[in-house]
Amino acid sequence: MEKTRTYLGVEIKRPRTAFFELSSCEGCQLQILNKEASLFAFLDLLDIVNFREAMSNGSNDYEIAFVEGSVTRADEEERLLKIRKQAKTLVALGSCACFGGVNQLKNRFNDLEWVKKEVYGDFPIETQKVRPLSDFVTVDLSIYGCPIKKEEVEEIVTNLVLGKSIDHPRYPVCMECTANGNICLFKLGEPCLGPVTRAGCDAWCPNNRVGCWGCRGPADEANFDQLQEIMDSHNIPRQAMLDRLECFGGFSSAIKNMSE
Amino acid sequence: MRESINCDIKIKHLTRVEGHGNIHICIKNGQVEKASWDVVETPRFFEAILVGKHWENAPVLCGRICGICSISHTLASIRAIEQAFGMVPSLQTERLRLLLKHMETLQSHILHLYFLVAPDFLGADSVFDLIEPHGDEVQRAARLKLLANDGGDLIGGRRLHPTRTVVGGFTMLPDRAKLATLGQRLRAALPDLNKTVDLFGSFSIPDFSRETEFVSLKSEGNYPFIGGQLISSDGVLKEEEEYLAMSNEYMVDHSTSKWSKLSRPSFAVGALARVNNNFSALHPEAQGIADRLGLQPVNHNPFMNNIAQLVECVHVVQDSIFLIDELLGNDWQETRQVVTPTAGFGTGAVEVPRGLLYHCYQFDEDGRITKADCVIPTSQNNANIHYDIIALAQKLAAQCKDDHEIRLLAEMLVRAYDPCISCSVH
Repeated sequence: MEKTRTYLGVEIKRPRTAFFELSSCEGCQLQILNKEASLFAFLDLLDIVNFREAMSNGSNDYEIAFVEGSVTRADEEERLLKIRKQAKTLVALGSCACFGGVNQLKNRFNDLEWVKKEVYGDFPIETQKVRPLSDFVTVDLSIYGCPIKKEEVEEIVTNLVLGKSIDHPRYPVCMECTANGNICLFKLGEPCLGPVTRAGCDAWCPNNRVGCWGCRGPADEANFDQLQEIMDSHNIPRQAMLDRLECFGGFSSAIKNMSE
Repeated sequence: MRESINCDIKIKHLTRVEGHGNIHICIKNGQVEKASWDVVETPRFFEAILVGKHWENAPVLCGRICGICSISHTLASIRAIEQAFGMVPSLQTERLRLLLKHMETLQSHILHLYFLVAPDFLGADSVFDLIEPHGDEVQRAARLKLLANDGGDLIGGRRLHPTRTVVGGFTMLPDRAKLATLGQRLRAALPDLNKTVDLFGSFSIPDFSRETEFVSLKSEGNYPFIGGQLISSDGVLKEEEEYLAMSNEYMVDHSTSKWSKLSRPSFAVGALARVNNNFSALHPEAQGIADRLGLQPVNHNPFMNNIAQLVECVHVVQDSIFLIDELLGNDWQETRQVVTPTAGFGTGAVEVPRGLLYHCYQFDEDGRITKADCVIPTSQNNANIHYDIIALAQKLAAQCKDDHEIRLLAEMLVRAYDPCISCSVH
């Protein structure tokens, strides 16, 4: 492919872009290859030079790095620091990279030795407390979600390439869900974090009659007292709410505040 | 006669596979000094994460074991829970789950065949490099993948980490008109599948065989995908809840993935194992394609796993058309059974794109998990891949192949298994 492309006659540079993964299911990178109808137009925006899951002989000369996954071992920390050194823009791709994701549920056990023994018995396997990218390096941009939503990625990447500002919605999923005319999950007796979770997914789960699990982390000024009140008034067990709040790691400071 | 060869090939983080694994082949004076397949993926400790969690969390969390086969993990998790709580899904739910699984199988196999495997046969580093010289093929791959993913969205609510699939059934049923359209699109995709068969028929599959024990679910008339007994080509037969007698997991020092063995030092699971063990249960069209591409049971060439995946693509498309006709020929009930947790354990077996998957959970009386076990297809395959690499290196050393060819064939061998390495370590 050409190194440059034009938009309305104006030349636009295709940034040299790399994709990497730390501890993850690699589902967010898979999402990059989904939405096939516009896949080739999307790929044409970027000069992809490194994407191990899909290509051989990748290059380490890149400007934008998308990093999926959380840090759970010393070698991942080293890889992340190297990527940060090279990339002008480092993007945290998905909930594992942004918050630790489901992997961080391991952190609720204080005794890492027990965790290791539960899975590997007496065989020594190295692991650390799970941490998001921002615990180690400056993250320039976060793309939330488990999984990420390709429509949102397309918009963010287009803005990134064109140099436009990138703003995440400040309001919660509840707003999108209401706008979509869905039945409120609380009325069906389902727990839902829609009132406190950052929008941008178009209420992906509630549209499918599943309460929000909070994979995108907190909206600006999320009101947790109100959430608790709503859950209580619908007789939803407190544990069900806590299970969801702790699931993807985005609400860890909110949980701390709630228990204080 | 050429001189005996020397090489020291170290491939760190093999490309075009899911997850992180290394290949090492060292040949001195024509003798293989070392050949190994080493999984270096970081474990995420899902089996520990599940402990203490309420049953409702398990399918949501376990889907996240794997981005490519999240639908299968979710379904295995749901089956384990339903087995533990004594629930039997309705026929409608069973059909919808199987249809959803077929969409994942098609998506995963097409992704593997076109995006990960085809570049080797067409001399490219990636599918991105094929967009210009092989535009028709890449567009065809995108069309088939789009179809499978749209089907996943329609039935499961989402192609990746599905939303609608829950213990007891579905939170929402697909729109009937959209389901009919999916059926039409599947019929219209048959020419694309035929052209895929032509394409893979034009590739010369490497000539390599090593006698292998193949393990899969056992056909009860239908080609097996969800639940039931397991069989092996060496004659082992086990009930679903006896899976531990098959998996026999153990650790080796060069892998963070567990290894498995049954009647021999290693065994294989996956499309080739399923086709080998259940050939007669394949749709007749799929059997015809297998014949055409030279796949007859029992085939011991691991590179033929690619062909077996293609045969399965034909099977799942044909079976999906049948399932949609069955579903549309009946009135639907809103099927979401009420869940009443009980103490005990349950096992869920599912044939996922890469082979046989088990989830097994132990519950307390409140429905909280006290013990969890997930046995992943790629961890069952890792030992077999390792022994295949040794045998391949020996064969290539005897043939005095050059570094480049040894490297390429070793990479292609591992890719043929379509390993899901982060899944295998989970």
